[in-house]
Amino acid sequence: MPMPKVRVMDDLLREFLTETGENLDTVDVELVRFEQEPSNAKILGNVFRLVHTIKGTCGFLDLPRLEALTHAAETVMGKLRDGAPVTTEAVSLILATIDRIKEILAVLEGTEREPPGRDADLIGPLERIAAGHAEPPQQACAYTTGTLTYQVLERPLRPGEVSLDELERVFRETPVEAPLVTPAAVALSKLEAPFDPSESTASEEREEPRVAQSSIRVGVDTLEQLMTMVSELVLTRNQLLEISRRNDDSEFKTPLQRLSSVTAELQEGVMKARMQPIGNAWQKLPRLVRDLSAELGKGIDLQTFGAETELDRQVLELIKDPLIHMVRNAADHGLESTAKRQALSKPPRGTIRLSARHEGGHIIIEISDDGRGLNVDKIRQKAIAQNLITEADAVKMSDVQIQRLIFTPGFSTASQITSISGRGVGMDVVKNNIDQIGGTIDVRSVPGEGSAFIVKIPLTLAIISALIVETAGERFAIPQLAVAELVRCRAGSEHCIEYIKDAPVLRLRNKLLPLIHLGMLLKLDVKDRGTIDSGYVVVTQVGNQRFGLVVDGLFHTEEIVVKPMASKLRHIGMFSGTAILGDGAVIMILDPNGVAEKVGGVGSQSNDVAAEPNVASEEPATPLLAFRAGSQARKAVPLSLVTRLEEIDCRSIEISNGRHVVQYRGRLMPLLRVDDDCNIRSEGTQPVLVFSDGSSAMGIVVDDIIDIVEDRLAIDVTGEMPGVIGSAIIKGHATEIIDVGHYLGLAFDGVFRGTSPTASATQDVMLVDDSAFFRDMLTPVLKAAGYDVSTYTSAAEALEALRSGHRPVVILSDIEMPAMDGLQFATAVRAELGDSPLPMFALSSHATPGLMERVRAAGFDAFVAKFDRQALIAKIREHATAWDRAA
Amino acid sequence: MGSGSLTMTTRDINEREYVTATIGEQMFGLPIDRVQDVFVVDRVTRVPLSQTDVVGVMNLRGRIVTVIDMGRRLGLPSQRPEAAPMAIGVDDRGESYGLLIDEVGEVLTLSHETREANPANLDATLAAVSVGVHRLDGKVLVVLDVDRILDFERKLNAA
Repeated sequence: MPMPKVRVMDDLLREFLTETGENLDTVDVELVRFEQEPSNAKILGNVFRLVHTIKGTCGFLDLPRLEALTHAAETVMGKLRDGAPVTTEAVSLILATIDRIKEILAVLEGTEREPPGRDADLIGPLERIAAGHAEPPQQACAYTTGTLTYQVLERPLRPGEVSLDELERVFRETPVEAPLVTPAAVALSKLEAPFDPSESTASEEREEPRVAQSSIRVGVDTLEQLMTMVSELVLTRNQLLEISRRNDDSEFKTPLQRLSSVTAELQEGVMKARMQPIGNAWQKLPRLVRDLSAELGKGIDLQTFGAETELDRQVLELIKDPLIHMVRNAADHGLESTAKRQALSKPPRGTIRLSARHEGGHIIIEISDDGRGLNVDKIRQKAIAQNLITEADAVKMSDVQIQRLIFTPGFSTASQITSISGRGVGMDVVKNNIDQIGGTIDVRSVPGEGSAFIVKIPLTLAIISALIVETAGERFAIPQLAVAELVRCRAGSEHCIEYIKDAPVLRLRNKLLPLIHLGMLLKLDVKDRGTIDSGYVVVTQVGNQRFGLVVDGLFHTEEIVVKPMASKLRHIGMFSGTAILGDGAVIMILDPNGVAEKVGGVGSQSNDVAAEPNVASEEPATPLLAFRAGSQARKAVPLSLVTRLEEIDCRSIEISNGRHVVQYRGRLMPLLRVDDDCNIRSEGTQPVLVFSDGSSAMGIVVDDIIDIVEDRLAIDVTGEMPGVIGSAIIKGHATEIIDVGHYLGLAFDGVFRGTSPTASATQDVMLVDDSAFFRDMLTPVLKAAGYDVSTYTSAAEALEALRSGHRPVVILSDIEMPAMDGLQFATAVRAELGDSPLPMFALSSHATPGLMERVRAAGFDAFVAKFDRQALIAKIREHATAWDRAA
Repeated sequence: MGSGSLTMTTRDINEREYVTATIGEQMFGLPIDRVQDVFVVDRVTRVPLSQTDVVGVMNLRGRIVTVIDMGRRLGLPSQRPEAAPMAIGVDDRGESYGLLIDEVGEVLTLSHETREANPANLDATLAAVSVGVHRLDGKVLVVLDVDRILDFERKLNAA
């Protein structure tokens, strides 16, 4: 079908624009590389060839401005190739020329015409540089590889447009390596997806001309469609396999096996077609860093690692801008000026390091610099000024928590708006972009040494690994990326679900995890709506938020092909898409971000800062249960001491022997009041905190449970009242910390009071615990029992004391401690002391049978619950005397 | 596609073809150029928190189809068979929807002459999704507008 001439030109121009855009991006990268390695002739060869190609095509398409510019640039490059010294001036000029070319191309794209104007400002200096080196400019081309058959030539061109001779020359000089306007390319341009000059082929391909030549462009739509067909094929294959499993018809087995493997290969192939090296997203960065370096007057080196790491092109597109933004930030804010670096005796040139690697279905990208690091004080002030946190919060927050505030929406540290970054778009936007593709971002920063941003994103959005769960008879897929761990809960087991008022929580490694029942969240028909006491908990991590989704059953993890949600269902916000399972059924994919938002709404009422108990902060925070009893003053107990929270029917409360008691789990449990003003209710239910050590239990009557808060426990005012350890500021509120031990003593009447100090004053107890709270709580108890106490805040410290000859009668050690834990400590002590039977007790607030065994194996003699004073004293007395006698 | 439907209508500008269906006692017609296929609804996955009209999503030859309960959508008592309920497949901007009906009827070619505007007293829910009626022998066929059926926001506002 003959096409109107204008259409032919359109296609050619379109193709030219796409190709040239790509080539120019490559030129940018290559030139910067060349500036750093002036002796690398290969790079220069690449650059020269690319510019030459552009020039040739410009002449052919009658684009005189572009042609003149590329010609001048090419001439200079020709000189450089012939051995002229590479100067920054020359490279800058060529880069400026490239920018001008891009501007012209942008206009050309819109109007199909070159904008009017002259480029003498660039061509002049280029010519001067070229002339400065002996030989007059001339066309040097080492790449003429013979004449190409060129069918476009045979089409009628507008008369007088380009002379035949000129065409001949252009064609001869058009290198085979760049298949610019070959007939194939023209034909393909019609198949192409919407024109996108930013879409680029890998620069590596350019270095391997044969690869470039053997590749074709395929529309994204075509790939998407292939992907759909392949997943359909996989499905059918699965159904066939299922049938063949049921029938023992061996005739089908072999061909089916073959079909199966071919299908798998096909699926992999299509997936691979969508993958691109992440280096494509980095292509613009060397140029960017070079320009920033010049503009800011700082020496900056960019190092990249793992550019060949592949990921889905869709993800690649989405990650591009955040990466550029972070590199800009690093150059602008992260790195100090050269002078300042020298003053700090750092290497004068700053380094920005960009690395990518695969890690179990994800890609980890790290952007780090060796600059000044994040300014924690500045972030804190800014966050307070912007009302993101209160001053009280700020005081309590660790440096890591403060640093993470830069991801909070609306936060931007750039106190001064520069031309490079700080245009009101900050890390919050970056985080948002990364969140959208199911990724996470975190920051590590050391003052004076630099910062690193760690981004974790899925390899592809099309196929994800998902955990299939069941709730209320329905199946759902949870993206594996968001799943931190799985916990099985049963009433009475190690992991049991507890309630704070109506909010279910799970105690997991001494942290409380807010729970939400997936069935209830999705308003499904959950049988027992009121309480859940068993089930599987999917510990879900979204950014800094961690919560547990309670489900009825867990199936397996499956690779699923994500299909978008119908637009009519998108408003639900809980699902990110749908997928077809191996058995052909459709499954909804939960959107962890959407769920997290809902959980945030119904979950704990503590503010955002408190809602990140998972993140490892340097200062261990103690979870506390805040409550009111009697007076309005807030009271709190360390949550680890609380066994359960119960609502007791007031009718079951009895008075026995002048004390309030209640039947609890087949025993009488004494109920105590922490405040005389706190009255035990006579009707309805009475909230009670239950403390138990397994054999005996007591209840403390409270009016109201406020919240679970997590904070560093610094007791400011020591209590003068019995039963109060002291006061502390907990999340901005003055709070009385209740001495549980005191009440245990009261509850079990006199056991404690009756003990008289019998031990000799020389007996020394070594107490090792990183928690000031427990050291403070146990020391007076031990002293009251007649022992001297030497306290150590770490196992290392205690070990050091033992090595230097300190010999206590007994060692009490916490189990969970940073650096060396109690178990390692015990092993080390046993190794140090050899056969000495020095008794060692492990202290823990949460005992499990497994732990007890490990404690014994490590060399402890016994295990004592931290708050169980009588047992502790009794154990010490028993062992210490025995050892004393033996010694 | 534009030129295709042009040739269809030039045959007789006064005639249009409809895929007919019944919901409850009522007969409906959908313009045939909007109908993709008719299929049996099987293995529907519920979509929690969705509009009550949405039955769920299902896999139709590798495509995800959102199934809409037309009885609910139109406020009519449905008399769907328990086994193998049928749906009419329609496309909306690249997404597939299945309109769950009680029974599929034949394809009718109806002339403009039997067509009338919606009666003034037509039920508001029906009127919102219909673009007129056809007088047939012994019954009335309500012409449904696919875009308006899929316009959930309109339904929510009306409710």
